[in-house]
Amino acid sequence: MTETSAAPAPVRTRPSLRERIAAAWDSDIAYSFRHSPVTIVAAVIVLLLLFGAIFGPWIAPQNPFDPGSLNLMEGKTAPLTPNMFTGKTFLLGTDDQGRDVFSTILYGSRVSLFVGFAAVAFSMVLGVTLGLIAGYRGGWLDSVIMRTADIQLTFESLLVALMIFGFTRTLIPPGSQNELAVPVLILAIGLAEWPQYARTVRGVTMVERNKEYVQAARVIGLHPAIIMMRHVLPNVLGPVLVIATLGLALAIIAEATLSFLGVGVPPTQPSLGTLIRVGQEYIVSGEWWILLFPAVTLLALALAVNLLGDWLRDVLNPKLR
Amino acid sequence: MIAFLIRRIAQAVLVMLVVGFVAFSMFRFVGDPVSIMVGQEATAADRAAMAERLGIDRPFPVQFARFVGNALNGDFGISYRVGRPVMDLIQERLPATLELALCAAMFALVFGIGAGVYTALHRDGALSHAAMTLSLIGVSLPTFLIGIGLIFLFSVELNWLPSFGRGQVVDVGGWKSGFLTQSGLRSLVLPTITLGLFQMTLIMRLVRSEMLEVLRTDYIKFARARGLHDRAIHYGHALKNTLIPVITLMGIRLGSLVAFAIITETVFQWPGVGFLFVASVQAVDVPMMASYLVLVAAFFVVVNLVVDLAYYRVDPRLRTDHATARS
Repeated sequence: MTETSAAPAPVRTRPSLRERIAAAWDSDIAYSFRHSPVTIVAAVIVLLLLFGAIFGPWIAPQNPFDPGSLNLMEGKTAPLTPNMFTGKTFLLGTDDQGRDVFSTILYGSRVSLFVGFAAVAFSMVLGVTLGLIAGYRGGWLDSVIMRTADIQLTFESLLVALMIFGFTRTLIPPGSQNELAVPVLILAIGLAEWPQYARTVRGVTMVERNKEYVQAARVIGLHPAIIMMRHVLPNVLGPVLVIATLGLALAIIAEATLSFLGVGVPPTQPSLGTLIRVGQEYIVSGEWWILLFPAVTLLALALAVNLLGDWLRDVLNPKLR
Repeated sequence: MIAFLIRRIAQAVLVMLVVGFVAFSMFRFVGDPVSIMVGQEATAADRAAMAERLGIDRPFPVQFARFVGNALNGDFGISYRVGRPVMDLIQERLPATLELALCAAMFALVFGIGAGVYTALHRDGALSHAAMTLSLIGVSLPTFLIGIGLIFLFSVELNWLPSFGRGQVVDVGGWKSGFLTQSGLRSLVLPTITLGLFQMTLIMRLVRSEMLEVLRTDYIKFARARGLHDRAIHYGHALKNTLIPVITLMGIRLGSLVAFAIITETVFQWPGVGFLFVASVQAVDVPMMASYLVLVAAFFVVVNLVVDLAYYRVDPRLRTDHATARS
């Protein structure tokens, strides 16, 4: 009898894949996901658009930016009506150059999503790093970082992005403007959004810094960088994920807006914003499909990502639960 | 109060100096202003003359001091793109932007407060639900799509309102106003809605939640117990107390009206400062960009300062020096 009660605690084996899937299915997040039809629809839309963007070149009926595949005679064909010269039909019609609108949307959302994700990743890394340093170190470094964030937050982020974009462009020689437009755009949108992350991360870090586990880590002589990355960072990931999701919607809209203003991606690499800019010229003459389909795609993307972000905020926010 | 005032003003001046420095470095180190101004086939004498005219043959601190001095006098140099003084260009365009921003702010306030009060008082009405759903979509709708949608509906399909420009303007002592002609007023409608819609939804949601909060408080219950009319309670007591946060929000959002005016002006080809700025970003017109940066920063800083001071007057809790003395 005594032997059994003194037996060592059961050895923890690695759960099998099946068990892990079952555990994930039972988790709070999965439960709330299963019970929110709006979120499921939003996730499906985002996944579909992501799929289309990633596999666009293989799905698209034509490469809209290969001049060899275009036929000017097929320009401005309405959706699902045969072209009067070649008799070809296009699912969403064609634009003035004879490009298939469905293909341009696939290629365009590729650019939009790439810029959006890259800008969010950039601002997230920058904001989280600065927020961790500000919250953990405190002192003058904290003041400098947070005052900079305060000042930047008083300006509208779109304006900041536009300014950074204009400023960076002046540093680039005219010959390479087009190749560097996408990186510059990512830099501009990313730099405009970092204070959001820095503020949140700093607040959480300041609370965590004084907890015992961090003090223990400090006592055993871990390097501050390791403490910040391995011990403090996991505690801020929840709110950061929420800001990043909502930030993705903001970044996609910001990219579309800048491209719409004609200061974003170059014409050789059109994004959804560029397509809308081009399509706007044809609404007066009645070719509505050139504008409508890219606009609906952009709207669906922004709305779905926003809804996902809202849902994530509600799930991860312990105050509301 | 005086310490607070001095601290805030010092902060504002510091921000302006930093922005001025950024604008100046842009102006000074970006590209070669001389070759941009004189063109390819200029002699060395031409270049020297232009360098002297632009003042870039002097040492750096002298140049910065001159830049600040000139900026304080309203002199921001000459536009690369148009070849005219930047300040003249901005002055020509400013009335258009200010009139548009004013109309959009009024639109947002009037309809935002109206809709907010309505949705708070009739919480479960069908109209309230519709308004709340629409406002959710309105928040994620990019401004330029709103503008294009309005143009499509009211200009192309219904042909009621003009889709671009300011219409006829009347010169009132150097201020070109679109308020005085019928075509000017008609041209204002769509840009105003485009620019004001987002702010309107924000105000509506704020007023609604504040109003619901206030309607639950004791003094409203007492007012009802005293037998006051609903009208007197809702508008005389409740609404008054919801307006303070609205005024603050509007003050802060004035800055974003300027930012979004850039988009609205581009959609409607409105001849304002924002349209000018987009053109200068496209053409890499550095003096124009630099001066726009300084002017917008000044506007933001002044608005923030005024909002902070107004807050200080309205909310006694912020006067911490008094609070600590009492407690």
